[in-house]
Amino acid sequence: MADYILELRHISKFFPGVQALKDVHFQLKPAEIHAIMGENGAGKSTLIKIITGVYHPDEGEILFNGQPVHFRSPLDAQRLGIAAVYQHVACFPDLSVLENIFLGHESFDSLTRKIHWRELRKKAEVLLQSLDADFSPSASMGSLSIAQQQIVEIAKALSVDAKILIMDEPTAPLSRRECEDLYRITEGLRDKGVSIIFISHRIEDMYRLAERVTVLRDGHYIATWDVPGLEQARLVQGMVGREITQYFPSRHAAIGEEIFRVEGLSRTGFFKDISFSVRRGEIVALTGLVGAGRTEICESLYGISPRDAGRLFLEGKEIAIHTSAEALAHGIGYLPEDRMKQGLVLDWDLIRNITLASLKNFCRNGFMQPSQEKDIALRLTDSLKVKTAHIYAKASTLSGGNQQKLIVAKLLTSKLKLIILDEPTKGVDVGAKTEIYRIMNQLAEEGYGIIMISSEMPEVIGMSDRIVVIREGRKSAEFATPDATQETILEAAMTAHGREAHAIAG
Amino acid sequence: MEKTAIDINKPRGLHQYQWEIFLVVLFLAVNVVNSFLSPYYLTLDTFVSTPMNFLDKAFLVLPMTMIIILGNIDVSVGSIVALTSVLMAVSYNAGLPMPLAMVLALLVSTTCGFINGFLQIKFKELSATIITLSTMTVFRGIAYVILEDRSAGKFPSWFSFLAWGYLGKIPFILIVFVLAAIVFAVILHTTRFGRMIYAVGSNRTACEYSGIRTDRIILGVSMLAGLMAGFTSLFLTSRMGSTRPNVALNYELDAIAMTVLGGISTNGGKGRITGPLISIFLIGFLNYGLGLRNVSAQVLLIILGFLLVLSVLVQNFTDRPRQKSPQKSSAPTRRSDAGDGSDIHENSAQGG
Amino acid sequence: MQSQVKMNADGSTGGANLRPQNLEGPPDSRSSGLIRKISRNSETFRELGLLIFIVALAAIFQIRNPKFLSIANIKDLLANTAILSILAVGMMMVIITRGIDLSIGSTMALSGMITSLTVSAHPGISPFLSLAQGMAIGLAAGLVIGVLVAYFKILPIIATLGLMNILRGMTYLISKGKWVSAYQMSAGFKNLSTGTTLGINNLIIFAVVIYILYTYFINQTKTGRYIYAVGSSPETAELIGIKRQRIILLVYALMGLLAGLAGVLWVSKFASAQGDTAVGYEMNVIAATVLGGVSVAGGRGKVSGILLGSILFGILANALPLINISPFWQQFIQGLVILAAIISNVLLQRRNDKLALKKRAI
Repeated sequence: MADYILELRHISKFFPGVQALKDVHFQLKPAEIHAIMGENGAGKSTLIKIITGVYHPDEGEILFNGQPVHFRSPLDAQRLGIAAVYQHVACFPDLSVLENIFLGHESFDSLTRKIHWRELRKKAEVLLQSLDADFSPSASMGSLSIAQQQIVEIAKALSVDAKILIMDEPTAPLSRRECEDLYRITEGLRDKGVSIIFISHRIEDMYRLAERVTVLRDGHYIATWDVPGLEQARLVQGMVGREITQYFPSRHAAIGEEIFRVEGLSRTGFFKDISFSVRRGEIVALTGLVGAGRTEICESLYGISPRDAGRLFLEGKEIAIHTSAEALAHGIGYLPEDRMKQGLVLDWDLIRNITLASLKNFCRNGFMQPSQEKDIALRLTDSLKVKTAHIYAKASTLSGGNQQKLIVAKLLTSKLKLIILDEPTKGVDVGAKTEIYRIMNQLAEEGYGIIMISSEMPEVIGMSDRIVVIREGRKSAEFATPDATQETILEAAMTAHGREAHAIAG
Repeated sequence: MEKTAIDINKPRGLHQYQWEIFLVVLFLAVNVVNSFLSPYYLTLDTFVSTPMNFLDKAFLVLPMTMIIILGNIDVSVGSIVALTSVLMAVSYNAGLPMPLAMVLALLVSTTCGFINGFLQIKFKELSATIITLSTMTVFRGIAYVILEDRSAGKFPSWFSFLAWGYLGKIPFILIVFVLAAIVFAVILHTTRFGRMIYAVGSNRTACEYSGIRTDRIILGVSMLAGLMAGFTSLFLTSRMGSTRPNVALNYELDAIAMTVLGGISTNGGKGRITGPLISIFLIGFLNYGLGLRNVSAQVLLIILGFLLVLSVLVQNFTDRPRQKSPQKSSAPTRRSDAGDGSDIHENSAQGG
Repeated sequence: MQSQVKMNADGSTGGANLRPQNLEGPPDSRSSGLIRKISRNSETFRELGLLIFIVALAAIFQIRNPKFLSIANIKDLLANTAILSILAVGMMMVIITRGIDLSIGSTMALSGMITSLTVSAHPGISPFLSLAQGMAIGLAAGLVIGVLVAYFKILPIIATLGLMNILRGMTYLISKGKWVSAYQMSAGFKNLSTGTTLGINNLIIFAVVIYILYTYFINQTKTGRYIYAVGSSPETAELIGIKRQRIILLVYALMGLLAGLAGVLWVSKFASAQGDTAVGYEMNVIAATVLGGVSVAGGRGKVSGILLGSILFGILANALPLINISPFWQQFIQGLVILAAIISNVLLQRRNDKLALKKRAI
């Protein structure tokens, strides 16, 4: 028997333009709970996909029980007993728990093709009982809570005799009590000899559960520590302990009076009691972990998704926004996170994409004025330096950064006061990032108020005047940027005591 | 290679019009065959008056083009034609002056369209297919309730002018249709409304983020479809001189087939109105030629069915299918916006 | 959440598979999920409501016309419902996979026409051979549609609309516009639908046999459950290795098979095959199916539901003339029923989603 049930050595993975993992190590002992921690984009998901056989490492080797293995497909990994439970459960909501556990590898009579219900049901009952489930195998999957669905997923993993169970952010959608149940189940599994890889953004999860933790940062292996006795400061340092080497253009915007304020914004199940304000020429960063509710908050401000409570004020006057058309009319623009699906009509040329959000300004008596459209498109693509063959090129032919500029151009055709940028530099290369930063500064100097949603710590610190941290749907801290450090922000985003931590740090 | 956008003229080329050219060639071929079938075929008169036989349903093709560009389907238009026609006849027979009965017909048909659109925007979970399938049954059902298996008619003699009359040497219906086609072409290709139709059909999500009131577009197009069904009903009723609840059976199929054959992709967002306009005449003259050979109308059914399936097949091969958002409302989980693409779901190409 | 409970306390066919042995008491008596209760209520509510509606309707009809609940009329009613309910079986599978089939009326006509022409040419042919012939024709039509939808990615509505016309046109062509009338059909052929076995109408026997086979197939077998899986979540189905395209092909093929069978029974029952046999009948079938609780969003539907839906439709068709309501109301009522069924489904779903969100307090 090898010391480690799973060992990854010198793993590297390249994607076009980026190196997702560089020389990463990971060692999993039999029957241990091992946490993997890191910021958004640290490489956790890529590592998981390599372990489950979705991706193939470009360099390095994987050892299972001391034997080198190659996964050609996820099925290979499954055969060795590697199973995964994800935050977003992939299930059949209309089918029973029993079927969700066994469908795909059910046993059935080869002659009548009848599924061996009796046998499977007994198995399912045993499995669910071992997981302390409070529902029966005949319950409908769709009627279960997310926590219960995760239990079904775990049961599904166990039904194929998983030796290694990967839990990818299982606690994110759960309430505190449900988390406690999950902890117990996880420990129970470990006691039965299953090795568990636990990925979580919550520091308290790790302290509660894990025996060892491996920290990744920007695709690099940082360290593996024993959890007992590990200082939180050291852990956080490990996750963010980079020097900010990236260049951020200097900022000269004069910050003026308050331009926009939101009070008590709430939406059941997504976020609660969010208040903050933006001043003229100010860039406010809205940060937090992915899934904390930042996008949902801004979509609600913009009228795309509903809200249950909350008041919006623009230049001191209360405004009502129920549709994006109203938001635009009030002067609020939004650069969505998914530029392909939400921002652009990829089949269309640049001109039509630019004028899409303000067609009214380019038509006379209802008829489009192509020459006016072309003029503004030429002007804006020139001032934003959109690189393209010509303005009749399809939006799909542009690079990521230029697509982003194209959407900014689209916003600028409307008369705006406030611009919301949702992950403006996500998926664009370094050169384009700098240009987007330059454009943001330019906009701030012109007097726009800007809300920037960002998960990248250096960007948040380098580009904002104020930082609002969202944790699990609530505002957990607000900093003036000069007072914030990567550590204080991360603590506010990751731990329930972020505010106190901040008080001590500040 | 990359440079800041430069000013050039819009690139144009014949290759954009491949499909239309193909249709024109087909149209010519049909006419060549027809001219062999009848020695009297190749006269100006044939080309001017033959359209009187098929133009009534052509009015449905115009809004159907918009509906399919929106990425929807409407199978209820035939039933709207029947309901409108029955109501017009009954109200005229009950004493309403004919001009008012005609106005009533258009109002009713537009209302039917409104109902279709309203249901679509109120119940976004349901596909346009299932909604119009049920309203199709309801509308024709009302026609049956009103008239049962009787027919109604005895219209004033001037009413037949709509379908049979000439202005000079040109059939009245041809003139009206050409005007309607021009109006639709202008709306679709030069107005803001038309631009928004393409936008919604190409990427509805992006439209919603761009402040476009997609609901209004869908409602507007549905009402236009209703209005045009009203026109069809006027001309059809005039052509037949009386009406029954089972008129305009399968007109929705004809309209959809002509539209799709005209190169409008069922994936939405693509196509020009010129294609469907050509295919109206292509199918109309094909039908006429089959009549010359005494081939039954049923053969046309088969041909239409084949054309419909074949043209979608061809389109699916040339056009990569657009990702359609699943219609099913998903669980209220948090948005999967994981930074490094850890989304485990794979998109299904076709929801169905 | 897609809140739907597949079990039901009354142990009706749809849920039977899930606790076939009753290993324990009432399911979930110990769990107290609010959502579960409500969704179970809404599910039971639908079937119970349908049942109550049927009983109430029957009561009204009985008061208006005492002949309604006579043995003869009930037999008549069941025989008339048989073909509809057989087709509802196929349509249920199609709709569960989020599809629709508009071609079945035409498939029935073609199958009925060809088999009755064969019978009139060879009167000695066994009726069971006729059945097989009709089913083969239907299967062929269904396979074509299935290939178009599953492998060529044509929208089901377009593919079936096209086939609807092709098949209808072929029916006219083959019959050369003529009818096949009663005197051209052999007694054995007509006996298929009108005869009785052990005092029970053959049509009812056909329907019962098909329902037994189908209930077993859809609830107990691997393939049957895969059909639900594909409709419930196509992505997850592929993730666990279900061959989605094959399932979709199968579903349309089975629909065609049943339509072919129904076509023979139809022609035998009415003792006449015409070009316009069963025109528009697909809408009756769709109506009965969605009325029975089969969700057009896919993944959901029960055998007991479509049976009740078909019976309700059978009653309406049978009773309207008896109580002097013109049969011409039927189509209108049918349309309203479909509309009401799909809209109430959406409203229930929205309610459940909202409740699910409430549970996720932050």
